[in-house]
Amino acid sequence: MNAQAAVSAKPSGAQRALRFVLPVIVFAAGLLAWELVVRIKDIPPYVLPAPSIIFLTLIKDWAVLSQSLAATLLTTLEGFVAASVGGIALALLFNQSRWVEASLFPYAVVLQVTPVIAIAPLLLIYLEQQTAVVICAFIVAFFPVLSNTTLGLNSVDRNLSGLFQLYGASPQQTLRFLKLPAALPYILGGLRIAGGLSLIGAVVAEIAAGTAGAGSGLAYRIAESGYRLNIPRMFAALLLLSLAGIVIYGVLALVSHLVLRRWHESALGKDN
Amino acid sequence: MVERKTSPGVESGLTALAVSLRGVTKTYDNGVMALGPLDLAVRKGEFISLLGPSGCGKSTALRIIAELSAPSSGAVRVARHQGPEQPGHGIGFVFQEPTLMPWTSVRENVRLPLKLAHVPKAESRARADAALASVGLADFAEAFPRELSGGMKMRVSLARALVTDPDILLMDEPFAALDEITRFRLNNDLLALWRSLRKTVIFVTHSVFESVYLSQRVVVMTARPGRIQADIRIETVEPRAEEFRTSAAYSDYCRRVSAALAPSYSGQSTL
Repeated sequence: MNAQAAVSAKPSGAQRALRFVLPVIVFAAGLLAWELVVRIKDIPPYVLPAPSIIFLTLIKDWAVLSQSLAATLLTTLEGFVAASVGGIALALLFNQSRWVEASLFPYAVVLQVTPVIAIAPLLLIYLEQQTAVVICAFIVAFFPVLSNTTLGLNSVDRNLSGLFQLYGASPQQTLRFLKLPAALPYILGGLRIAGGLSLIGAVVAEIAAGTAGAGSGLAYRIAESGYRLNIPRMFAALLLLSLAGIVIYGVLALVSHLVLRRWHESALGKDN
Repeated sequence: MVERKTSPGVESGLTALAVSLRGVTKTYDNGVMALGPLDLAVRKGEFISLLGPSGCGKSTALRIIAELSAPSSGAVRVARHQGPEQPGHGIGFVFQEPTLMPWTSVRENVRLPLKLAHVPKAESRARADAALASVGLADFAEAFPRELSGGMKMRVSLARALVTDPDILLMDEPFAALDEITRFRLNNDLLALWRSLRKTVIFVTHSVFESVYLSQRVVVMTARPGRIQADIRIETVEPRAEEFRTSAAYSDYCRRVSAALAPSYSGQSTL
């Protein structure tokens, strides 16, 4: 995790506690300094709101903000599910036929390298807003799932493949009992990246849609508050977005750990 | 050119043959000739070793017998019992590495060949547990492969090869990566299993001592392309045990096999 962890073979309890406490202290000190600077210099909230005001805004505007949070999370979830299902399905298709892979892979790359912020306005013209936003989240998130799953399916142990061949396994059996389990760590790695990316995709699309004025997600709330110079609310919405990203990553990392903990190197402790 | 027959028994003379290779060659796509022409006859119930330098095609020969690889020319005959089992079940294969699925338990690993053949779960579990017991790992059915030592993983691999009750056991340098003590113990266990189960065993190795200790016949192969250099019968008091390792007859056989192997290494730089 950091240099210290690499040096000390077995961190003691005190060290582990420190690693948790230190960032918290830094965070608290930062907030305190921010609060003091704003109060001493008497900076108005529309220039830079103090943390206390941001927190109060979060509580005061919770009705609006929580609705926006729910909207953004729903979009993110839909984009994430679409990206996961689509990415894995496409990778399986690629794995079945090299010709399909050769025909379609370049377009997957094109979709990946074209900035989604540039695609979003077009999608918003042709599609209903909610659909367009979900598709943006999908476009951003599906490529890591696709490429990781493809890598995983191609990383099957050669001798294990031979073993399945020796015992006359059908293609379905080979897929179910060999290829998918072998690819699982790679798939989960892809999903972990896709979780964060689908949030980014949702936010980008909401901001693009925000100018059209019909949105309700957190990013739309940020854009709207910006026009109204409601800076504390911008910060409050940003805080929620950050927290949402952290929770999404944490949940996916936890799922990955729970699924892999009995067998995969990535989920095992150092002394195993 | 390639003839492949699977029949209940290839009768040749008086004794039934388990495996017969005639004029078998293997040429890779890049033009390298890896094997042959190779002629080999293995009787039912026989324990033979294929001994030769690295890259002489002995593993290739094994893969051809297992139908994991097709010969470029020649005839391969493998005798199999024609039971209710699926094709391929007449042969058990033990790879150089344990080749276990890391994501599932030892029992599931051993059960795999039966699962692929759609044997009912209760029966396949019972047979997997019996196979594990036969290699001394009855208590480790629930363990995951990474929790086992190298020798234990190899035992699991052996149990998996035995679970279908094959007639022929093909072993590709299975103990090469193990330490000597573990290897000796596994050698003895393998001999005990062979005596009780009476399988045909074709054992690939590059260890002279291992081949003499284990087998009834040591087939010495030349460097690439692999052909048969010598076919040496090891005759001693059965059943063999640790005493054989230190006997004069053993060292005598080792000397003879080493002498037969020497020309195979002559063209190569020192190893």
